[in-house]
Amino acid sequence: MSNVAAKSHSELAGIFNQDEPRVDWHDETLWWVRQKRDIQAHKLPEWELLRETASQIKNNVLSNLSEYLEQFEANAINNGIIVHWAADAEEHNQIVHRLLQERGINRMVKSKSMLTEECHLNEYLKEQGIDVIDSDLGERIVQLAGEPPSHIVLPCIHKKKEEIGDIFHEHLGSAKGESDPKILTETARQHLREVFLTRRAALTGVNFAIAETGEFVICTNEGNADMGAHLAEIHIASMGIEKIIPERKHLGVFLRLLTRSATGQPITTYSSHFKRPQQGTEIHIVIVDNGRSIQLGREDFRNSLKCIRCGACMNTCPVYRKSGGHSYHTAVAGPIGSILAPNLDMKKYADLPFASTLCGSCSNVCPVKIDIHDQLYKWRQVIVKEGYSPKAKTMAMKAMAFTLSSPALYRSGGKVGRLVFKYAPFAVNNGLNPWYKHREMPKAPEESFGEWYSKRKEGKQ
Amino acid sequence: MSREKILAAVKKNQFTHAPLPDLEILSTLTATGDNLVQQYTSVASAGGSFVYEVKDLEAIKTILHKEFKPGVKIISGIQELGEYTYAGNVLEESSHSFADAELTILQSNLGVAENGALWLTESQMNIRVLPFISQHLAVVISKDALVPTMAQAYAQIGNADYGYGAFISGPSKTADIEQSLVIGAHGPRSLSVFILT
Repeated sequence: MSNVAAKSHSELAGIFNQDEPRVDWHDETLWWVRQKRDIQAHKLPEWELLRETASQIKNNVLSNLSEYLEQFEANAINNGIIVHWAADAEEHNQIVHRLLQERGINRMVKSKSMLTEECHLNEYLKEQGIDVIDSDLGERIVQLAGEPPSHIVLPCIHKKKEEIGDIFHEHLGSAKGESDPKILTETARQHLREVFLTRRAALTGVNFAIAETGEFVICTNEGNADMGAHLAEIHIASMGIEKIIPERKHLGVFLRLLTRSATGQPITTYSSHFKRPQQGTEIHIVIVDNGRSIQLGREDFRNSLKCIRCGACMNTCPVYRKSGGHSYHTAVAGPIGSILAPNLDMKKYADLPFASTLCGSCSNVCPVKIDIHDQLYKWRQVIVKEGYSPKAKTMAMKAMAFTLSSPALYRSGGKVGRLVFKYAPFAVNNGLNPWYKHREMPKAPEESFGEWYSKRKEGKQ
Repeated sequence: MSREKILAAVKKNQFTHAPLPDLEILSTLTATGDNLVQQYTSVASAGGSFVYEVKDLEAIKTILHKEFKPGVKIISGIQELGEYTYAGNVLEESSHSFADAELTILQSNLGVAENGALWLTESQMNIRVLPFISQHLAVVISKDALVPTMAQAYAQIGNADYGYGAFISGPSKTADIEQSLVIGAHGPRSLSVFILT
């Protein structure tokens, strides 16, 4: 993955764009998910009120987060849950490793957790000699393929069923050439059932953690989080500090929004509330900061912490749909990922806020009303000011500012441009001009608007 | 200690207090009592559940006899369904021992018309893994236990104490392969909902 990270979004998107039919298919599939979201949203007359309410609840959370975290911790401990705190990814990974090591466990089953992707937990544990199996079907597929998920809700949305068939044939022994989703899913079911029944440790993510009661909620369609957790001796739940909601009744707002926004279902198949460990087993919660408290202090960007990870902003984003999740080279791709990642590493992710048309569709579908496209725009300004903007872009912007600052230069520049388009189109229509990639250059007009206008005035007189 | 460090950083950076919104409007807006059985049936069926309106437990048995061959392992959380293994009697067995369960039948006292979800707590499940590990799941609920939306559902749950609870809205499913819906991912391959009228 490290060699991937060295490339920018536009370079990685360029690789994805080489296979045009796949880009079209990816684009259409995600747009279809977006349309399913619309159908569900339009069924509820109170949809906008729900979004506003959710946004306000999250506002309250962010304004009292330290108190809520302490309240959640106290209640969870009271419920018999063991709570750990991790300042960063490294500490999170060490805590998980220690818990396993202390119990002599070297194999673990894991359900979906974008936080553990952010922390690169699997790679870390592998180095420590611990085998981790992802149990969400999409995550298992990308894990077997040796890739990160390309979407937070639909991890292998970039893969065709034939490719998945090949992966399953190689690793799980399905018939060669088998690509029927039903048969492939059944193959995974048999394989993972054996995993669930034999793992002593299960790690899950957390969708919501309730300060008032100390319980936490996990949402899945497959039931993999529950299969893992209920059959294990130790259940480790990893959560970012922003997963807190104040009261149990607030679930009645968020659970109505989450899956409708994510996949266009009215709710996930399972919304599981873990309050106390079952007899004879342990539940551990690892509360992770990893840059979130810094983001909380950035007034322009703190709203990004409201995110409930539904993925609606990705499904609707024209750039995401056509560039693929891997082009974002970060655990959380798409518009929301592009405003979260620069907080973690402004230099490494300087390209991401520019991977947007600022059309605003992301903000329009966001169930907690994060001003995503405004934040993308604001990150661009911060990144340029801090000197992290991509070199070519900086040069082009400087040339443009110089030209636009002088009317004479602007006029002669325009004239030259039109002549070049007319007599030497190859000078712009070539591989050296990134703007020309996947675009047809327009036919240059004979004269500029200014020239036409003054001629017209002359004609009238 | 990271705990102190994190809490101090959060405290320093959290901004001026923002009040919690009122949820009352959302609950009253959605508090319609009309045709909940019909709404539940239509939404749950669309989500892949089989919904039956039945008069009594005998009617449920008749349906189950047709669907399940004799001799398969059936666990029931409802004592009155005498012929099946009563979950309350096997509480001491390990969770793993239910891996070969063909059907689990449980009682729910709260169902949600807007999304087909049924609320089950640990005491109704008896063993947490039962509604997940079983090849098929059936849930029995009275028609009076249906509420319009999640707003009323959580009002009803209130501050109830449970070790574990779950909303279950259908069979286990996935659409991870090219977005084609497949029923029966890791959990039950079917959910039958029996509404007692």
